[in-house]
Amino acid sequence: MTRFLISFLFCWLAVPAWAALDPSLVRQLTEEDSDRRIEAIQQLLVLPEAAPLLQAMADDGLMVGEDRVFIFTGETALDAATGEPIAPAPEAYESVMVNNRIRSALANALAAQKLSDTDAQVRLEAARELQSNAGLELVPALARALKTESDPTILDLLALAHAKASLESPDPEARLAAVTDLGARGSREARSLLLPLAEEAGEPDARVRAAATESLREIESRLAIGEFLGQIFSGLSLGSILLLAALGLAITYGVMGVINMAHGELLMVGAYTAFLVQTVFRTYLPEYLDWYVLAAIPTAFVAAALVGMVLERTVIRRLYGRPLETLLATWGLSLILIQAARVLFGAQNVEVANPTWMSGGVEVMAGLVLPWNRVFILGFSLFVLGLIWVLMQKTRLGLFVRAVTQNRPMAGCVGVPTGRVDTLAFGLGAGIAGLGGVALSQIANVGPDMGQGYIVDSFLVVVLGGVGQLAGAVWAALGLGVVTKFMEGWWGAVIAKIVVLVIVIAFIQKRPQGLFALKGRFVES
Amino acid sequence: MFPMRTPFVIRFLSALPRAGWIAMGLFATLTLVIMPALHLFVPPESPFHVSAYVITLGGKILCYAIVAVAMDLIWGYAGILSLGHGLFFALGGYAFGMYLMRQIGRDGSYQSDLPDFMVFLDWKELPWYWTGSDSFLWAAFLVLALPGVVAFLFGWFAFRSRIKGVYFSIITQALTLAAMLLFFRNETGFGGNNGFTDFKRILGYDITAPETRATLFALSALALMLTLLLGRYLTTSKYGRVLAAIRDSESRVMFIGYNPLHYKLFIWTLSAMLCGIAGALYVPQVGIINPGEMSPANSIEIAIWVAVGGRGTLIGPVLGAGLVNLFKSYFTVAFPEYWLFFLGALFVAVTLWLPEGLVGLWRRLKTRRAA
Repeated sequence: MTRFLISFLFCWLAVPAWAALDPSLVRQLTEEDSDRRIEAIQQLLVLPEAAPLLQAMADDGLMVGEDRVFIFTGETALDAATGEPIAPAPEAYESVMVNNRIRSALANALAAQKLSDTDAQVRLEAARELQSNAGLELVPALARALKTESDPTILDLLALAHAKASLESPDPEARLAAVTDLGARGSREARSLLLPLAEEAGEPDARVRAAATESLREIESRLAIGEFLGQIFSGLSLGSILLLAALGLAITYGVMGVINMAHGELLMVGAYTAFLVQTVFRTYLPEYLDWYVLAAIPTAFVAAALVGMVLERTVIRRLYGRPLETLLATWGLSLILIQAARVLFGAQNVEVANPTWMSGGVEVMAGLVLPWNRVFILGFSLFVLGLIWVLMQKTRLGLFVRAVTQNRPMAGCVGVPTGRVDTLAFGLGAGIAGLGGVALSQIANVGPDMGQGYIVDSFLVVVLGGVGQLAGAVWAALGLGVVTKFMEGWWGAVIAKIVVLVIVIAFIQKRPQGLFALKGRFVES
Repeated sequence: MFPMRTPFVIRFLSALPRAGWIAMGLFATLTLVIMPALHLFVPPESPFHVSAYVITLGGKILCYAIVAVAMDLIWGYAGILSLGHGLFFALGGYAFGMYLMRQIGRDGSYQSDLPDFMVFLDWKELPWYWTGSDSFLWAAFLVLALPGVVAFLFGWFAFRSRIKGVYFSIITQALTLAAMLLFFRNETGFGGNNGFTDFKRILGYDITAPETRATLFALSALALMLTLLLGRYLTTSKYGRVLAAIRDSESRVMFIGYNPLHYKLFIWTLSAMLCGIAGALYVPQVGIINPGEMSPANSIEIAIWVAVGGRGTLIGPVLGAGLVNLFKSYFTVAFPEYWLFFLGALFVAVTLWLPEGLVGLWRRLKTRRAA
């Protein structure tokens, strides 16, 4: 303890940055005994001017030779204590051995050093690094940093690291404070630290035990909330994918009353388009590779829409009024598309990478990390939804599509070109599926039969939401997504799927026309 | 057409015209006598010998034909397209497979009383739903009852709320998908991924013996003929006419005072039970049953057999199932890459140009020649 006080004192006195270090301490770094060396590191870590020395040691750049300790950067040799160049450089020298224990002590020391950096980003990274392995020796450094830190995020992390490190303190008061602090901020990891402290074997002091029990309860309730919110988020994320898959289906089913079984394969077309765009960017525009997704979005829309319109013109149009046969024919088309993808791209999944700005995630609260790609997809599907809403409500094409959905013969009678509307609506629905494919390529595997799993789910969304009802599709998709994710949490994916199916069937018993039923004469054809 | 007093046997006999009975007789001679005899009594060197491969393939196709007729009864005659018939087929297969698994006895790899996969999962005793699975009669009952009950319950809820058309089709597809996922799980107690296989005996007889194969083949043929007769009887009866009326205009039938629920529910459940029988005959011949049989793709393929042959006829599905499957067993070996292209094209081509299937084509040609 006195050593720390001394070094503290030393630290405040050593205001000029290039003040010399205590040569005996520097020499201690090179001794045989690891414990002694670690002791030296711990004393050096509170001195800002020791940073280059510690960094050099961590980089295996600390040398001993001709009775001197020096930092050798390849060309010049600097004295380890003073930082002044040594000329001529010693002839014979060897690097100071750094074993694993010392390496981790060095890493901690360097991180602790960085806590006083002027750049907030550096401090943040240092505080993150100290989360995992801060020990008792870092408590003074952390306490000091806590006093000077102003950024709330870093402050939070530092407090957490400080509390964790103080748990090892022999002083019960310090442990008590640490336990209470952990209760207020800790997460899953803090829970495992606190668990032994709540028992007699792990903690002699009764007050600390009581506080630990209390803190554990706090942490657990916070974790439960985090988990709950996390499930809602992953449900919304699944729902947003379902929504992208179902919107197109809802439009085509609404307009033409046919189920396009190849709809899932239009998702696949979109995803493979994303793959192709990525390949093009990688080959010709590697510096813009991060932005290939933005280029893939319109490309996939156009590609899927074209495929969809061709299917409509060549096959689906000829089966008008025979919905069951359309089902079979489009199933055949989906087989052909799958096999075509297999022949063109191989049966294996292709690799579509997240751009860097979409990887990683944001930690909203303890134990709840939202991955950026899912956040992006959620936002993207809302954007697509908005676009479709504008298209359907504010444009002439939207008006026609709604008219044909409600009553095809009457729409034809007042001059709506129903045939063209069919093709365009089908193209639109297919294009949206293509967009869904791009979104899907960011979170799921891209392979020839990736679309197969989505047709049933997205049709359930259409059934639940009611035919031709955008609002219904939105509620049904997000609702189904959340409900599915919650049940997956309780019972596993398979049972969840079965229960969802049962719920949908039971629901149709009560509301055969879906959540948002059309009202009026056109309901029953 | 018939006064109430006409004895059942006569009504049954007159369900087929004379030509029909002759065709049926020829078919019976071929499948019940000639094929088994050529398999059993003609030495393998002889050019007339029917190999085990042919008998098994034939038996398989006969089972598929039963499924196709069952499918046609609800799709062709009642206008309900089921995309989940593979489920009932597989349920029948699993119900009988349980019995076959128990017949293995202690001859499995682990020499245990329990089926191998249960030993592998470290189960100590049979789950409750395996009770009685060592009895042939119970297995035979389950083959009918299991698909029947599932179909009845599902149909009751679906038809009661008047789910029809593509809605119904997709929901049946979801049903079979869910069942497939369920059966894929080991905990379900039906062997998970691998399903049931490595059967040894049936009713104490060696399951791979030529005699057993020939018998199973003949039984499949018999089942197919009975299914056809039953179908003919049903579709020519008053019941069949109401059914066709429901297919053509359900609301009008309701306005006349019929309740379509009972009509649809009966044919739906019956169709499922027929599929169960087909599945039970299929499993001992092919020697394996796994959840793959429940995949939506399999179920939808059944529809294409019916469509190729011609729906709304009874001979059509048999033709369709036979042709498509013969072709498939050739094609998947000769050009495995292109089979899916071909199958997909078949779906499109038949729906676009052959809406009434081969039978419809034959009829059109005949009327053209007559004209």
